Amino acid sequence: MANTAEQPYDVEAIRADFPILHQETRPGVPLVYLDNAASSQKPRQVIEVLDDYYRRYNANVHRGIHKLSEEATAAYEGARVKIKRFINAASKREIIFTRGTTESINLVAQTWGRANLKAGDAVLTTVMEHHSNIVPWQMLAAEKGFTIRYAPLRDDGTLDMDAFRQMLGEGAVKLVAVMHVSNVLGTINPVAEIVRLAHEAGALALVDGAQSIPNMPVDVQQLDADFYAFSGHKMIGPTGIGVLYGKRDLLETMPPWMGGGDMISRVRLDGSTWNELPYKFEAGTPSIAQAVGLGAAVDYLSAVGLDRIQAYEKRLIEYALERLAEVPQLRVYGPHADQKGAVAAFTFANIHPHDLAQMLDVEGIAIRAGHHCAMPLHDYLGIGASARASFYLYNTFSEVDVLIEALYKARKAFSI
Amino acid sequence: MYDMYRENILDHAQNPRHPGILSPADVDHEEHNPLCGDRLRLTLRLDEQNRIKEIAWDGEGCAISQATASMLAEEILGKTVDEVRQITRDEVLELLGIPLTINRLKCALLSLKTLTIGLYGLKEWQKHDDEDDE
Repeated sequence: MANTAEQPYDVEAIRADFPILHQETRPGVPLVYLDNAASSQKPRQVIEVLDDYYRRYNANVHRGIHKLSEEATAAYEGARVKIKRFINAASKREIIFTRGTTESINLVAQTWGRANLKAGDAVLTTVMEHHSNIVPWQMLAAEKGFTIRYAPLRDDGTLDMDAFRQMLGEGAVKLVAVMHVSNVLGTINPVAEIVRLAHEAGALALVDGAQSIPNMPVDVQQLDADFYAFSGHKMIGPTGIGVLYGKRDLLETMPPWMGGGDMISRVRLDGSTWNELPYKFEAGTPSIAQAVGLGAAVDYLSAVGLDRIQAYEKRLIEYALERLAEVPQLRVYGPHADQKGAVAAFTFANIHPHDLAQMLDVEGIAIRAGHHCAMPLHDYLGIGASARASFYLYNTFSEVDVLIEALYKARKAFSI
Repeated sequence: MYDMYRENILDHAQNPRHPGILSPADVDHEEHNPLCGDRLRLTLRLDEQNRIKEIAWDGEGCAISQATASMLAEEILGKTVDEVRQITRDEVLELLGIPLTINRLKCALLSLKTLTIGLYGLKEWQKHDDEDDE
């Protein structure tokens, strides 16, 4: 087992805040939760905020002239300001609440994309993308007739920047849409450089931050991204809430997407005008409790420190990769630890990842098996599916050991 | 309890100062408060020094929005547009002199919004807008 002394923080103190981690999946078998790239667990500080909202001040926001509505509005808008500071946006009006990363990217496709992309144009993305950053563009391309270019990878699982530059140089690219951190390979893409190259080519840049925001400090102004999308539930917040960050000048020019209450300025029977930012893009009653819960999640992560979380996870993934390398016939995909988030996707001899996940579940270990919403990437790697262990701030070095032991057990069971 | 409806606020709301519409006007601008339906049209005439020499407004809405418009109209008459540009959100709220909850702020600030956008455009208003970010 690794020396866990002098870690960036006391992981046991963190674990004490997450009630769900302290359970046995069956008698004598403690839960080892390693499916954090799919969804993270929630600390009591977030759970209590949700509970408090529903017990004490549940009401609709923005309209009510009564105490509960005033309190709900203050909390909902307060969460927006917390997120604005968390990612260093220039204005709280650049923070649009959505259901999550997928909805955020669809919003850009359906508003900016629908208004600006046409036949002859191109969207440049990569083969490593999550389906949420591929399918919205394919759907719109089928309608508008623009093309989609997919930048390939190098053998080590990093983005082939020479090919990327070349594809950008072929012209007609109006939008570059890339993930910040791969949910399978763990690859940390050089997004600041990608954004700069996109702008030089006259294109806008959208970054899928679903796997970066929970695990590392992100400054949207420093990155100069035009759009940045992320989800609450992967960053110890509730499901049903996410964010689209967009540069204000750009958002101002974009038409609304969904129509309804809260997004209008004037409604007449012969037509309507739109509310100001960010409400133009927040039709209908929003996920109020979830937004307030996301604000509490941001407070929690900020108190621990994203730089310290990143440093801790780096040590953890280094250790996990080292231990996984010991296991015969196990192959991990993606770059070395220094270019990688805390994700290890692997295949193990001829054991199908679903069977492997099932066997690990018996040992109390939660991993994910399948294509992880990245089928093109798995095609590209020439594999049907992979098993994936993904770590977060509350995982421990001894949990890595439990995983390795269970892999040896599975190996024995399959007589390999 | 009825602090929000003190005598001077109700007086301004029920007997608005400078009612009407100037035509022609140097500035003629209308804004709405989408969440409660308040409406305000503000018309101004300026002298050679860009001083507000005449003001008239027309609107409908709650007592807070109408009283603030009336108070602000009195406040800016005779001021130059540069002086008007310096007026902050907090100064307008001080005219009212009562604490407001978050959902009523938009009512109280509709007149400043109409004035600012009418004189200097949306960008200028966005500066005021961000004052409560921190």
